[in-house]
Amino acid sequence: MLERKYLAEKYAQEIQAILEKYPSDRRQSAVMPLLYLAQRDKMYVSREDILEIGEILGITSTEVASLIGFYTLYYDQPKGVYRIQVCVDLPCALRGAEKFLTELCDRLGIQPGETTPDGLIAIEPVMCLAACDKAPMFQVQSGAGLTYHENQTVENALSLIEQLRRDAAGRRVAGHERGRDANG
Amino acid sequence: MTKPVTLTINGIQVEAPPGTLIVDAAKKVGFDIPVFCYHPKMEPVGMCRECLVEIGRPVIDRATGEAVLEEDGSPKIQFGSKLELACATPVSPGMVVLGKSDNAKAGRDDILEFLLTSHPLDCPICDKGGECPLQDLTMAWGPGVSRFLYEEKQHLAKRYPLGELIMLDRERCIQCGRCVRFQDIFADDRVIGFSQRGRSLEIVSYSEPGFDSYWSGNTTDICPVGALTTMDFRFGARPWELRLAASICSQCAVGCNLALNVRREVVTGGDWVVKRVMPRQNEEVNEIWICDKGRFGHHYAEQGPKRLEQPLVRKNGELQPASWDEALDLIAERFGSAGAGLFTLAGSRLANEDLFNLDQLTRRLGGKTGLYTHMGGGKLTTQVGLTPGSNFKDLGGGGENEPPDAVLVVGCDLEEEAPVWWLLLRQAAKRGAAVIALNPRATKLDRDARFSLRYPFGSAAAAVLAMTSSLSQKPHDLPESIQDLSRNPDLKAAAKAFAEARNALVIFGSEGMGLAESAALAQACANLLLTTGHTGKPNNGLLGAWPRANEQGAWELGWEADANLLEHLSQAEALYIVAADPVNDDAAFQSAFGSDKFVVVQDLYLSQTARLADVVLPVQSWIEREGSYTSGGRRVQRFYPAIQSTTAMPPKTEAPGVRRASVLTGSVPELQGPQADFAIPSLIAERLQMDGLNHSSAAAVFAQIGETVPVFAGLTYQKLAEVHEQWPIVGRADMYYGGTLYENTQGLGVQLELARTGAPAQPQPAWSQVEDFRLPKLGLMAFPVTRLYDQGSTLMHTELLHQRIGESFVVLNGFDAARLKISHGGKARITFNTSAQSVIVQVRLDAALPERVVLVPRSFGLSIDAPTPVEVRPAG
Amino acid sequence: MAENEHVLLRHREIPDLDNLVVYREHNGFKAFEKAVTQMQPAEVTEEVKASGLRGRGGAGFPTGLKWSLIDAKSWPHYVVANADESEPGTFKDREIMEGNPYQFLEGVAICAYAIQAHAAYIYLRGEFWQIAVKLDGQIAAMEAAGLLGQNLFGADYSLKIFTHLGAGAYICGEESAMLESLEGKLGMPRLRPPFPPSFGLYGKPTVVNNVETLANVPPIIERGANWYRTNGTEKSPGTKIFSLSGCVNKPGNYELPLGTTFRHLIFECGGGIPEGRSIKAIMAAGASSSLITANDQALDTPMDYESVPSVGGQLGSASVIIIDDSISIPWLINKTVHFFRHESCGKCTPCREGTYWMSHLTERIVKRTAKTEDVALLYDVASQMRGKCLCALGEFSIEAVRSGIDRFRSDFDLTVGASVVSADQEKLTKDE
Ligand SMILES: Cc1cc2nc3c(=O)[nH]c(=O)nc-3n(C[C@H](O)[C@H](O)[C@H](O)COP(=O)(O)O)c2cc1C
Ligand code: SF4
Ligand code: FES
Repeated sequence: MLERKYLAEKYAQEIQAILEKYPSDRRQSAVMPLLYLAQRDKMYVSREDILEIGEILGITSTEVASLIGFYTLYYDQPKGVYRIQVCVDLPCALRGAEKFLTELCDRLGIQPGETTPDGLIAIEPVMCLAACDKAPMFQVQSGAGLTYHENQTVENALSLIEQLRRDAAGRRVAGHERGRDANG
Repeated sequence: MTKPVTLTINGIQVEAPPGTLIVDAAKKVGFDIPVFCYHPKMEPVGMCRECLVEIGRPVIDRATGEAVLEEDGSPKIQFGSKLELACATPVSPGMVVLGKSDNAKAGRDDILEFLLTSHPLDCPICDKGGECPLQDLTMAWGPGVSRFLYEEKQHLAKRYPLGELIMLDRERCIQCGRCVRFQDIFADDRVIGFSQRGRSLEIVSYSEPGFDSYWSGNTTDICPVGALTTMDFRFGARPWELRLAASICSQCAVGCNLALNVRREVVTGGDWVVKRVMPRQNEEVNEIWICDKGRFGHHYAEQGPKRLEQPLVRKNGELQPASWDEALDLIAERFGSAGAGLFTLAGSRLANEDLFNLDQLTRRLGGKTGLYTHMGGGKLTTQVGLTPGSNFKDLGGGGENEPPDAVLVVGCDLEEEAPVWWLLLRQAAKRGAAVIALNPRATKLDRDARFSLRYPFGSAAAAVLAMTSSLSQKPHDLPESIQDLSRNPDLKAAAKAFAEARNALVIFGSEGMGLAESAALAQACANLLLTTGHTGKPNNGLLGAWPRANEQGAWELGWEADANLLEHLSQAEALYIVAADPVNDDAAFQSAFGSDKFVVVQDLYLSQTARLADVVLPVQSWIEREGSYTSGGRRVQRFYPAIQSTTAMPPKTEAPGVRRASVLTGSVPELQGPQADFAIPSLIAERLQMDGLNHSSAAAVFAQIGETVPVFAGLTYQKLAEVHEQWPIVGRADMYYGGTLYENTQGLGVQLELARTGAPAQPQPAWSQVEDFRLPKLGLMAFPVTRLYDQGSTLMHTELLHQRIGESFVVLNGFDAARLKISHGGKARITFNTSAQSVIVQVRLDAALPERVVLVPRSFGLSIDAPTPVEVRPAG
Repeated sequence: MAENEHVLLRHREIPDLDNLVVYREHNGFKAFEKAVTQMQPAEVTEEVKASGLRGRGGAGFPTGLKWSLIDAKSWPHYVVANADESEPGTFKDREIMEGNPYQFLEGVAICAYAIQAHAAYIYLRGEFWQIAVKLDGQIAAMEAAGLLGQNLFGADYSLKIFTHLGAGAYICGEESAMLESLEGKLGMPRLRPPFPPSFGLYGKPTVVNNVETLANVPPIIERGANWYRTNGTEKSPGTKIFSLSGCVNKPGNYELPLGTTFRHLIFECGGGIPEGRSIKAIMAAGASSSLITANDQALDTPMDYESVPSVGGQLGSASVIIIDDSISIPWLINKTVHFFRHESCGKCTPCREGTYWMSHLTERIVKRTAKTEDVALLYDVASQMRGKCLCALGEFSIEAVRSGIDRFRSDFDLTVGASVVSADQEKLTKDE
């Protein structure tokens, strides 16, 4: 029996809306949207989230957790607040995407697949994102969702990263205060 | 019957029912198509692609609908451009299957090579080595050299425990998914699954504990490689060193057929040791499955330091080693003088032969017998139980215009009480059988049940009565407690489905009940069966989910549960207690053992009761001897000796042939070590100059049963050992088809005819006997429940299961937990008002339980044999 | 058809077509209304059948025929729109959903009416998060306008549409894997038959259609099958969006009648090859394609479902990737094989093991640690997979490999076993 009902309390309405999309005897369908919901705050799905999602949907934690490994947009480990995912697939590579990735990483002083020392930005090569005519391009994945950034230059990308860092700092302050409220 | 389809496989013409898959049809012409992902008990998934064959189909003229003919008049056959899956393609008329063509063979070789690119080359240390389909196929046709660079091989975890019972070797896994599908389709515990993808696809388990299922061991049988192994057997022996003894599981009433794999070991001084327990196919009992209790729970029967080795006789107040002669002489003398004062109490893990001889001895002395059990109603199962020809596999949807079969499961947490019945019922439900789960709380069976109905705790019999009553023109007066349920339209619908079913069965258990309550329930169930005409024919009747392997056998042999046990024990002059430990179960029985009473206890271990005895006799365990059990489905089945109880033999230093020499010299060798339970009463009888009791062999005793007990008439050990071909064919050389479990070559057993004792069974107008049970207005009421894994004396010898068994606990409802401020996992002191027994235990919560109800699991250190008022207080 | 008259990419002419009011001003939802109020469901299917519309998701299966296969004995029925668009080089569905979403949604609604489904799901790849957010708003707008919900247009028909996001798995574009994923499971293809029209979502009869396919439906119902056939060829009627990418001056989506030549697309629309280089190969169906040698015959081949195979390719989803003469084919196939290895679901042996093995070989080839025999082995492994995979992903993964070795063998000779690295060869592995 699960004591903690974190998602159910925090996202009660959203969970309700998600469940309503699917026939009531097919709740398992809601597992993918719920995994996104669990990732919203911290960009990964915790063990507790897995248990709770399983309880909400009446499926086993194995059924929930096995999806995290299969689908590339779910994570079971924290890694960066923002994941910058650069498409280096064939069409983009034909338009210089690999060079873009290498240069961007060089400028940040990390290797593709690594996270910046402040733990905020992870840069990852990914497969085709359906923006082949606008390479180089990447998407930014955060708890809040995904945004596309097309026809990029390294300079553009670096200034975006600065912006993201400022956003994160803002969020941290806000989050910290919320946290204090909650604990106090 | 639909017309069979005719086709040719490898040039041989075959007939197969429509819908048969090519891979199965090919078996019938002796062609073993290699498969990895396909399993004859599961729908094809087409994952491994190993079963490729060439398939040609007759060309049909679109205009005429006729087959196009070749010049020689034979039908023109068109072959596809690709090889096809034998596992996923059903037979069709005129089909031509080429399984041995170069093309087909090359295709299968290609797949085999793919599988081997990732597979480690550790066959010499792999448990499956020697019985591994992948190894066999590689030997048969695999490439001799690898074209793949060793450094590029994917290296994965070699030792990944999926829990403390099952080990996964991720390198060996070939991603066939059999294990995952078994857990889904059969076990309904989706606690293992695939994660990752592509070459990284791997088996994971996220349950707590890992691989949390009563069925996990089966996956190691059907795993076609050595990826899944049991912790019990891992690195224990090589398959070719093992010998096999056919056996029957001793853990519950289902009677699963087992194969005990044994070998002699140096560590035991050359003695035979059971290395693993495997299912043995019996399509009419357990098909090819067993639960983990059956697989891992045999250790109690092994030799070990705690086993009784020789008789003990009380001298100067102490139990002291004695010779059999001394012990038996004493017993004969005291039993003889007690005569009618002898009371024999027997447990139902005893074989038919044991119970028969015990009964014979006691009866001839004029004494009384009692069966030690918490469950009643067995007499009815001998009258309206299953009949020959019954098979769970036949239960299903019925034919075109036939109503579906129905199975009522009442007062029973079936997976806990008779696991394999649960597994088979789940499949029956999938085939369309209407399963009615009528219980006081939710059980796993509800998931597959067409009707899930709840009665208030204590009202099992009344609930069945309500079903019967709903079918009647003149409804009966029903007890108050059941009024709500009786108005439930689902109850009426369920009763109707039951009444109209083509075949209908009732399985009753002892959830929340003691002897009296379960006996009343059995009567109510018998009434329902009799009034709806569901008795006396195959696949109809009453089954008891008995707590022990041969309880049905005991009832068939005339033993009856003793409702006044304490009184009988107290009044007796001499007690003969066999395979029962009442004192351990309830300390109240201690009072019955006064100093003037002569008590003989016959057991495997020095039980609590044995400690109070005057004579303690050591017995052979079920794996050390021969015998037969009668299952809850009334099937009499033989088990064979798997290991010798070495101490029962003359001392090892003696040369072989000593026995014969002593026969020649006319001296009988001294009896040594544990003896079979059936032999001991016979030895006592011998000393009492009583003849007719046999101890030379179990076969001889069984023959006597056949002559004496009407329902056993005509049965012999030979009959029980008969087999006929079963489908699917498993356990032969082509282990890839069904896994490593064993074919049945030693006997399928025989189902008993119904007992015809006097008048045929009639519904008892038992309305008035059904109590209007009410929970007390104040205070809590404890109800006993059965858990598959308990702290009982058999299971505690299996250390592997200790973690799963866990500590003693009770289950509390949400209302009282809140009131008492006890949380899940907390501790509480529970005090039984009647016995004043008081213990601190763990509390688990079940929010769905009704107020004032506490569940107390049996054999968990708390004495409870019937519903009892209790007090619960938070502790610690 | 005039070059700039779009049937699908109408937003290029009509600003704010993603606004419901604007869309309705341009005849939006007239077709749906006509279907629900004036046509029997079967008539709708018949009209689509008559139009000759073929699935735009890749296989080119006749859409009307698919709808007519729906099992009428089992209920409920479902529509699932395939908006997974993950084939490298494909970006057309995205433009439709971003620019002209209501035409697509109207197509979903008409399809649902035709098969009498009361619920439709749009399965979008997870990366289309923003599109899903917008679509949710557009669906809400439709509900508010009475275009979704109960008793539509006063008729006894109700419909709901829902979006569902995937989470990064190309295989979920395969329809049966998509259905598994939508059911909350791993996106692994199902063994077929049975096909979705008899056993689809939740085991119920289901039509799965591509976004572009569905966007074609409203104009067909509105203007009729005969009008539709005025574009394209006899067997491949209508217009098609060609996603042009790779070594070309003006990459992008071009909506052209089926049967337009490669030459027209690449040189007229795409502005030719940059820096005066010449065209070496064409991949017409994204990473899943074989490499078409870009000679005159190929360039003059009409792009339709029948003609492309005549030059050793497939039209697929018409994701035309242009390869110029600076590109090394071994480098290219290493890219595609890497993609398939990454995306293989792992369910069946040949694809799971074959893509893994091939990727090691192509990796060695581009790193120049391969031996000459390795090219033959690569070809062997690819051929060994052929015709044995559970779904088309595995089958597609070998197309570029086999055709690359068959048609551009000399590129491999330069790369494999070379002990001296010339400047020329350096250039062949561009971007590495
Ligand atoms: C590996 C693989 C990926 C696919 N990806 C897509 C996709 O992204 N979008 C799509 O519409 N169809 C895709 N398809 C085709 C679908 O399986 C299916 O044929 C299509 O959605 C049917 O729609 P249509 O008839 O409208 O083309 C893919 C097929 C395969 C084998
Ligand atoms: S071909 Fe590949 S993607 Fe398709 S089922 Fe097989 S492993 Fe999965
Ligand atoms: S695909 Fe036929 S047995 Fe695996």
